[in-house]
Amino acid sequence: MSEILLEAKNLVKHFPLTKGIIFAKQVGAVRAVDGINFHVNRNETFGLVGESGCGKTTTARLILLLETITSGSIEFEDQNITAFNKTVLKNYRASVQAVFQNPFGSLSPRMRVGDIIAEPLVVNKTVPKDEMKEKVAEALTVVGLSRDQANNYPHEFSGGQRQRIAIARALAQNPSLIILDEPVSALDVSIRAQIMNLLQDIQDQFGITYVLIAHDLAVVKHMSKRIGVMYLGKIVEVAESDELFKNPLHPYTRALYSAALPSRPGLHREEIVLPGEVPSPINPPSGCRFHPRCSEARPICAEQVPPLIDVGGGHEVACYLNKN
Amino acid sequence: MRKKVLEVVDLKTHFSTRLGVTKAVDGVSFSVREAETLGLVGESGSGKSITCLSILGLVPPPAGRIVGGKILLNGEDLLSKSKKQMRKIRGRQISMMLQDPMTSLNPVFTIGDQVAAPIRLHQKYNRKTVRNKVLDMLRRVKIPTPEVRAKAYPHQMSGGMRQRIVGAMALSCEPQLLIADEPTTALDVTIQAQFLKLLEEIQKSSNLSMIVVTHDFGIVSKICDRVAVMYAGRIIEQAKIEDLFDNPKHPYTKALMNSLPEMDTRVKRLYSIEGQPPDLRNLPDGCSFAPRCSYTMEICRKEYPHESVVEDGHTTSCWLSGSQGEA
Amino acid sequence: MGTPLRIRRIFDFSRGIPIFPILILLPFLFFGLFGDYVAPQDPNRPHFGDTLRPPFFQERGKIEYPLGTDHLGRDVLSRLICGTSVSLQVGLLSVILAGLIGSIVAILSGYLGGWQDTILMRLTDTMMSLPYIMIAIVLAAILGPSKNNIILILVILGWTGYARVLRAEVLRVKQAEFISLAIVAGSSKFRIMLKHVFPNIVNTLVVMATLQVGIVIIAESSLSFLGVGVPPPDPAWGSMVAEGRAYISSAWWLSTWPGLSILLVVLSCNMLGDWLRVRLDPKFRQI
Repeated sequence: MSEILLEAKNLVKHFPLTKGIIFAKQVGAVRAVDGINFHVNRNETFGLVGESGCGKTTTARLILLLETITSGSIEFEDQNITAFNKTVLKNYRASVQAVFQNPFGSLSPRMRVGDIIAEPLVVNKTVPKDEMKEKVAEALTVVGLSRDQANNYPHEFSGGQRQRIAIARALAQNPSLIILDEPVSALDVSIRAQIMNLLQDIQDQFGITYVLIAHDLAVVKHMSKRIGVMYLGKIVEVAESDELFKNPLHPYTRALYSAALPSRPGLHREEIVLPGEVPSPINPPSGCRFHPRCSEARPICAEQVPPLIDVGGGHEVACYLNKN
Repeated sequence: MRKKVLEVVDLKTHFSTRLGVTKAVDGVSFSVREAETLGLVGESGSGKSITCLSILGLVPPPAGRIVGGKILLNGEDLLSKSKKQMRKIRGRQISMMLQDPMTSLNPVFTIGDQVAAPIRLHQKYNRKTVRNKVLDMLRRVKIPTPEVRAKAYPHQMSGGMRQRIVGAMALSCEPQLLIADEPTTALDVTIQAQFLKLLEEIQKSSNLSMIVVTHDFGIVSKICDRVAVMYAGRIIEQAKIEDLFDNPKHPYTKALMNSLPEMDTRVKRLYSIEGQPPDLRNLPDGCSFAPRCSYTMEICRKEYPHESVVEDGHTTSCWLSGSQGEA
Repeated sequence: MGTPLRIRRIFDFSRGIPIFPILILLPFLFFGLFGDYVAPQDPNRPHFGDTLRPPFFQERGKIEYPLGTDHLGRDVLSRLICGTSVSLQVGLLSVILAGLIGSIVAILSGYLGGWQDTILMRLTDTMMSLPYIMIAIVLAAILGPSKNNIILILVILGWTGYARVLRAEVLRVKQAEFISLAIVAGSSKFRIMLKHVFPNIVNTLVVMATLQVGIVIIAESSLSFLGVGVPPPDPAWGSMVAEGRAYISSAWWLSTWPGLSILLVVLSCNMLGDWLRVRLDPKFRQI
C-alpha cells in the first residue's frame, strides 16, 4: 500500500464566462484553479490555506467531484477518479466524505438526525437494514452525543452539536479520507477546541486522512502535518507545518504569517503589510501571480510562472528568489 | 489621566420573549477615555453586541428594553435623552461600524452618496464642501483614486475596500467614539492586517476613542489598550491589555486563552471548555460560568461573585479572587 | 400606544391559532362532507306554490325555507348546503393535483437544470400566457360540463403558478450545503430530489395551496356563473349567483347568500394561509 492516498496532477478548473442567451459564446474564464500539484499521505492531515479567490474551496469541490475538472487528474489510491468509470466512482463515494463550514446548512432541516447519519450507509448499501440503527448509535457515541438523540431534528441542537452530527455522518461509513472545509470557523471560540480535539481523536482512533481547508492559520497549523499555501489558483509553497512558519520561503507565506495576529501582545513579528488587493482570477497577472504585490519581484517574475520545486526535506516552493 | 468620554454604569438590557425574559445585558459597567481603545471580548450570547446597541439607543423595541443603569457621554446620561436628541448624537458623536461589509452598504447608491449621507444629515455645508469632505474621508481610509471611486457602486469593490468605506462613513463627522462590531471578521487575513493598521493610524491622528467588539484575542492584543471580557451578559474580567495576558484571573478568560491554537507554540491537544454557552433565559443561580468551570466551589453555585480588584485597573468577578479564595 | 393590545391579539396571527377562519371554515367543512344528509329539503325539488319566498325574517317568508326560495321554489338553504360539497371537492382536489404537478415540474426543472429546465420553463411560460377564461370555456365546451371536467380544467390551468414559485425555492435549496453533502454521500439525483429537495419546499407548497383554495373556488364559481361549470340542476354556488342575477332587484337573497358564502370561505382560507406562512416559515428557514 503506497504512502500516498490522494494526488492531484496539473489540476485545472476554469469556470467559463459566457455572453449571449441563445447562442452563448465564451468570452473568458474564471481561472479558479490554474494547474496545481500536491499529494496527501495516508493518515495525515494536509492543510490548504489561502485567502479569498485562491482556489482552495474549488480544489475541495474538485476532490469531492462536486465540480468537473477542466484538465489534469486526481488519483485516489492510484486510481484515476476523474476518468468516468462507474465502479471507481462508486468506491470513491464510499471512501471519501466531507464536513462543511456551516453547521446550519449542512443538515437537512426536515430529516431526523438518525436518518441524516444513516444516509451514506443506505445509499451505498454497505450495511444491512437491521444493523443500521446500531451503526448510527455508534457514530453518535463516537462524536460525543447520545444514541437517543437520533430521533431529534437538527434545529433542536446547537451549532457545535450540529457540527458533531455532520462529523458523525462523515464517519458512519468508515471512510479513508474526509475533506474538512472550514470545519470550525462558524463555531463559537470556546467550542472550536472541542471540535478540533474530537477530529484529532477520531483520526487517531480510526486512521483517517484529512484534507483541511481553512483561512485561520493557527487552526491549520495546529491540525495539519503538511500545509500547502495557495494564491490565485496556484500553490506557492508546501511544507511541514512547523517548518512552513519557522522558515517561510515564499514572500506571500511570509506576509500571511505576519498578518496572522499574535495571540499575545508584545510578540513581535516582522510587519509585512501587502499593498493593493488580490487581483481578479479572470485576468491573473502574467508569470508569478504574486509579483505585482511582491516587494522583491524581479523581471523574470513577470515573464514566467515559477515552477514548484522541492528545496529539501519535502519543502516545496514556487519562487525565483529561491533559485540560486 | 485623560478624561472619560463614555461611562457605562450598571447597564441592564432585557428582552421579553414568549418563553421568558432574556437578560442579554445584566449589569455591565465600563468606561472609555479619550484616544483609548477598549476591547469587548466574548462569544455569541455574551451580550457584547447588545451592549453596543444599547449605547446607541438601537435596541429593537418592543421586546428589547433598557431596564436599568446609566450611559454617560461626556457626563450626560444618554438614557434621559429624547429620540430626537439621540438622532443628533448618532453618527455625530458616537458612530458604529458593523461586521458585514456586504450588507452594510446600500447597493443602489454610489459610494460618494453613502459617505456624504452622515455629513449631510448632521452638518449644514454646501455641496462643494460636502464633496471635498467626502474625498478627504476616502483619502484618509486609503481608497486609491477617490474621485473615480466616489462614483462607483458597492458591488464594484472588494470586501476590504467596502469595509474601509464603511469606516469612512462612520468617521465622516469626526465622532468622539467609534464602536466597531467585529469589523474584520469577514475579511481576509492580509486585508485585516491592512485595516487594523488603518484604524491605528486614524486613532493616532484624531484622538478617537474606540470600542472594538470581537471574539478574537489576536485583534485585541494588536489594537486595544484595555479589555473587558463578557460572559452571559456580564463583564467577568476587565484589565489593561498587558495585565490581562500576563495575569488572567477569571477561569473563563484563562480557559478561553488556552483553548486557542497558537502560531508560535505547539500543543498536542487543545484545552477545551466543557459544556455549552449558557441559555440566557435560564441562567443558573450564582456565577453563570459555574457549570463549566473547573474550579467551582460551593459558593459559586449560590451567589454571583462581587467584583474584586486584582491590581490597579484590573478587576474580576470570581470567588477565587475574592475574599473566599486566593487573591 | 396605538391599537389596544386586546384588539390587536384577535388579528395577530403570530401567536395562537387563528380562531376566526377556523370557526368559519369548520361548518363549511362539515356541510361539504355531510351536506347531502343534513340539508333540510331536497335541493332540487321544486315547490311551485312557494316560488321566490324571501328569507324567514322578512314578510312573506316561511320558516321552513329559512333563507328563501328561488324561482322554482327550491329551498335556497338546502341548495347552499349541497353546493358546498361541490365547491369543497373542486377546491381541494384541484389544488392538491395542481400543486403536485407544479412541484414535480419545479423540482425537475430547478434541480436538473440544463435543457430540462429550459423546456419545462418555456412550457410553463406558454401555458401561463394563455387566456384563462377563454381556454376554460373552450375546454368545457369540448369536454362537456361536469364536475370532474371542471377539476381537470382548473388543474391544467393552475399548475403553472406553483411551478414558477417552487422552482425559485428549489434553486434556493439546491445551494444548501446538505445537498452537496448528499451528493458526496453517493445519493442519486432522484433520491436527492425526493428526500431532500421536496421536503424542504413542502412548506411553501402548503402555504401556496391554502391561498390557492380561495382562488380556485372563485374560479369554479366564475365558470359556473358563465354557464360552463357544474351543470344544472345540481347546485353550485357560482351557478346560484348566476341564476339570481335576473332577480337581483326583486329577490336579493338568491345571489346574496351564495355570494356571501364564497366571500367567507375565500377570506378564511386566505387568513389561514397567512397564518401558516408566518408559522411555518421562520422555524424551518434555517438554511
